[in-house]
Amino acid sequence: MRQDRLGNLLSAQLSVVNLGLEAFAEPLRRKGVRVVQVDWKPPAGGDQKLAQAVMEMREKRGEAIEKANQEAVERILSARPTLVGIGQALLDVPGMGKRMILHAGPPVTWERMCGPLRGGVIGGILYEGWARNPEEAVELAVSGEISFEPCHHHQAVGPMAGIITPSMPVWILENKTFGNKAFATLNEGLGKVLRYGAYSKEVIEKLKWMEETLAPVLTKGLSLRGEVDMKSLISQALQMGDEGHNRNRGGTSLLFRELCSAMVQSDAKREEISQVLDFLHGNDHFFLNLTMASAKCSMDPSAGIEYSSLIYCMARNGTDFGIRVSGLGDRWYTAPAPMVQGLYLPGFSEEDAAPDMGDSAITETYGIGGFAMAAAPAIVKFVGGSAKDALTTTRRMSEITLAENNAYQIPYLDFRGTPTGIDLLKVVETGILPAINTGIAHKEPGIGMVGAGLVKPPAACFLDAAHDFIIKYL
Amino acid sequence: MIQVKVKKDAYYDSVFLMQVSQELNEIEGVTEAVVAMGTPHNKELLASRGFLDQALDCASANDLVVVVKGAGKGVFGRVWRRLEELLHPKCEAEETREFQAGSLDGALQGASGVNFALISLPGAYAGVEAKKALARGLHVMVFSDNVSLEEEVELKKYAQGKGLLLLGPDCGTAIIQGYPLGFANEVKRGNVGLVGAAGTGIQEVSTLIDRLGGGISHAIGTGGRDLSEEVGGLTMLQGIAALAKDPFTKVLVVISKPPSDSVAKKVVFALEASGKPAVVCFLGRSGGEEGKRVRFAETLEEAAFLAVVLGGGVSEQGKEDALGAKAAEEGKKLKEEQRYLRGLFSGGTLCAEALFLLSKKGITAWSNIHLDSKLKLVDLWKSRKHCLVDLGDDVFTVGRPHPMIDPTLRIERILREAEDPETAVLLLDIVLGYGAHPDPGGVLIPSIAKAKHEVEKRGGYLSVVASVTGTDQDPQVYSLQKEKLEKAGVAILPSNAQAALYAAMVLEKGQKI
Repeated sequence: MRQDRLGNLLSAQLSVVNLGLEAFAEPLRRKGVRVVQVDWKPPAGGDQKLAQAVMEMREKRGEAIEKANQEAVERILSARPTLVGIGQALLDVPGMGKRMILHAGPPVTWERMCGPLRGGVIGGILYEGWARNPEEAVELAVSGEISFEPCHHHQAVGPMAGIITPSMPVWILENKTFGNKAFATLNEGLGKVLRYGAYSKEVIEKLKWMEETLAPVLTKGLSLRGEVDMKSLISQALQMGDEGHNRNRGGTSLLFRELCSAMVQSDAKREEISQVLDFLHGNDHFFLNLTMASAKCSMDPSAGIEYSSLIYCMARNGTDFGIRVSGLGDRWYTAPAPMVQGLYLPGFSEEDAAPDMGDSAITETYGIGGFAMAAAPAIVKFVGGSAKDALTTTRRMSEITLAENNAYQIPYLDFRGTPTGIDLLKVVETGILPAINTGIAHKEPGIGMVGAGLVKPPAACFLDAAHDFIIKYL
Repeated sequence: MIQVKVKKDAYYDSVFLMQVSQELNEIEGVTEAVVAMGTPHNKELLASRGFLDQALDCASANDLVVVVKGAGKGVFGRVWRRLEELLHPKCEAEETREFQAGSLDGALQGASGVNFALISLPGAYAGVEAKKALARGLHVMVFSDNVSLEEEVELKKYAQGKGLLLLGPDCGTAIIQGYPLGFANEVKRGNVGLVGAAGTGIQEVSTLIDRLGGGISHAIGTGGRDLSEEVGGLTMLQGIAALAKDPFTKVLVVISKPPSDSVAKKVVFALEASGKPAVVCFLGRSGGEEGKRVRFAETLEEAAFLAVVLGGGVSEQGKEDALGAKAAEEGKKLKEEQRYLRGLFSGGTLCAEALFLLSKKGITAWSNIHLDSKLKLVDLWKSRKHCLVDLGDDVFTVGRPHPMIDPTLRIERILREAEDPETAVLLLDIVLGYGAHPDPGGVLIPSIAKAKHEVEKRGGYLSVVASVTGTDQDPQVYSLQKEKLEKAGVAILPSNAQAALYAAMVLEKGQKI
């Protein structure tokens, strides 16, 4: 066997993988030898000691890690996220306080909050009627009387600023396989909206309308329609050109179809039903919050598995980017939130942008969003402009993930499953960072959305987590 | 004025970046341009050259660092534009380009049947990737240097345990089944199998065999340290075993710097056991205990000649009788004070071979590769007396490509030697093949002409002697290179060994020794 291998080199058809100088590939190719070029990056952000340690880890604990990761990813794939109803944050979200505001990302104090997150907090306070004007709202926020906590600490997720206040209506999702729940607010649409840090009168009025009209009408429809299997809807949406994060037109249309008849049949007022249907029709992103909560309740059971290097949460608050790793408990590993590489709405530029923000990266954590880019040719402008760039993005992500999804498929890639379950160790070994699609908020509070694009997470939080993982398990 | 740019998370290969640096340096108004990854080492280098900047401090090994010193209107605009062009070349075939994975595993996932990994990454990372490739059952060639000795031993033992071959680290040249890997020449296929611990040594022997009418079955590079006591010739012994079984290989040739006695014994024993006729060239070691099958060659040329003969080829060791007369003629043109030979080499093994042959002729030369510390050149930038310089020395290659790719240093040095009134003969090696400069001879001609002219202005004569390592099938074409250089007044000898001897003859006939 051993000698055969040696002899094989001298007799079997040579087929080469080339790491480094591409010039070496050319003479081989000209002679008909297949050469696969690797677009290599230094592992572990150039930290050779860490790269070595990860390799040692694979050698010594490889089996335990693999087993734990299989378990973790199996939990994700077997999850059955289901829309069961709409509730109210104070009543339904676990641990929600009367004077509490939930926000996106890892924990952050008012002092460290970025502009749009502060804007969201101000808006939330005005919406709850705890203050009469923005100045008073700021005073209250500074006073320490309001507690700020991450959505993720309350089984919830929120896009961009991710503000959830006690009176807000929330989607209730249940993972039918494991029985755990997740919550998210209803999506307000684009433009001047709370989640992008706007808090003007029309923002608050819309939130009120959502509480008083939208949520009750949807609830009536839902109770007639019954529970909705989200996994099925999301997988259909991916085949309609959505990737589940920056494009939600397919998903929103599907939801509209699911609920329309039931709402019309309900005892809601005709005029209100019409308003609700118009709102859904005008808001392509309405489905996003449902997708996020589906992702959240699918990911949560994979937390806390010893030896698992699965990343079960990625979230940002505009100040910090944070990740949580299954085998490392509920600790956040954070690094400064990066800027988004994006396209801007007319009149805005990079100068206006706030750093990366929102819990919506839960979609990428779950194997859709940026990871399903190849399903969404309509928005390839975000990743470089060509459909090929979209394919590359998705295929790259399969190099840092544990499995291919069993339900979310990409037609163009012969219906291969989306890359699902990010492995912290693979991220470190390959130097490939998760590709995250996202919106861009204005850096000042009160202005709103200025663009959308793609963000590369900071390497530092992955490296820190890897350090701890090695200390704990090696 | 100095401008600094840091591009976050933009990794490029260092050799590629050196070429980019070189291009930027050619822009009018630029006095110095450095394009490099922000590794601690590169940052130190920049700091030592006086480039200090906050942006540089924050740069990581994944960030591209660009420092430009220049003056004049619009110079920086031109630099940044050119930089972008170079970093993002417009590729017509972009549409049809295959997907490139970002990792070894990603690449293997997408392609079945891969059996060989070619690694030319920075040395600090090459070991980890080589280990991964071995773990996946691939044979590996590590072109990179700067892999530690301990890591080399560990990797080679690991490879051996899996029955895999690890060529290198620091393996510049290999030919497997006729396919050139790294810096290799286009040689005919034939019945001679090479195993060599010396990159340019393999190039010289394989091209000489080709030009003598023979051919190569495989050439296995082992890396320069393989025959050290620590490594114990692990790869060479595996290579010999593989070639022994290879039906195409009829003759074995082993090339290396002189190894320790114990390793030499193992190698000779393995060759005897191979059952095939073999030639050993432990460069600079004259002879050895000849066994039944093993012959010893002192020089690369002799090794090539013996291999062809043993392989059944009929070859005359071509030596022109007229050479002596020609050398005498050249020698006579030298002025009284022109006494010294100056060798400027791009190939380390070729430099070592010349050094050995000259010392046999009684010409004691200084060199940066001299094993005798008393004759070791300390200031590499300045020649003294008879002097042979290996321009591939680390001292010269920090921050610039190897002289086989980038002729800048040698061009400068040729002119500098010509300024020295004591310089009589310039001895050069011109190495062709894949990876080498597209016109390694032609690019030196203007400086050779200028050097000759300068010496003649002083009433002297500069003899320039060289050999060309290559074949007519090489991209640079041996005969074209030879013709070009001869036209420029360079004496081209058929081998590096003969070039060294001819250079000595020029000195002798001029009676200047």
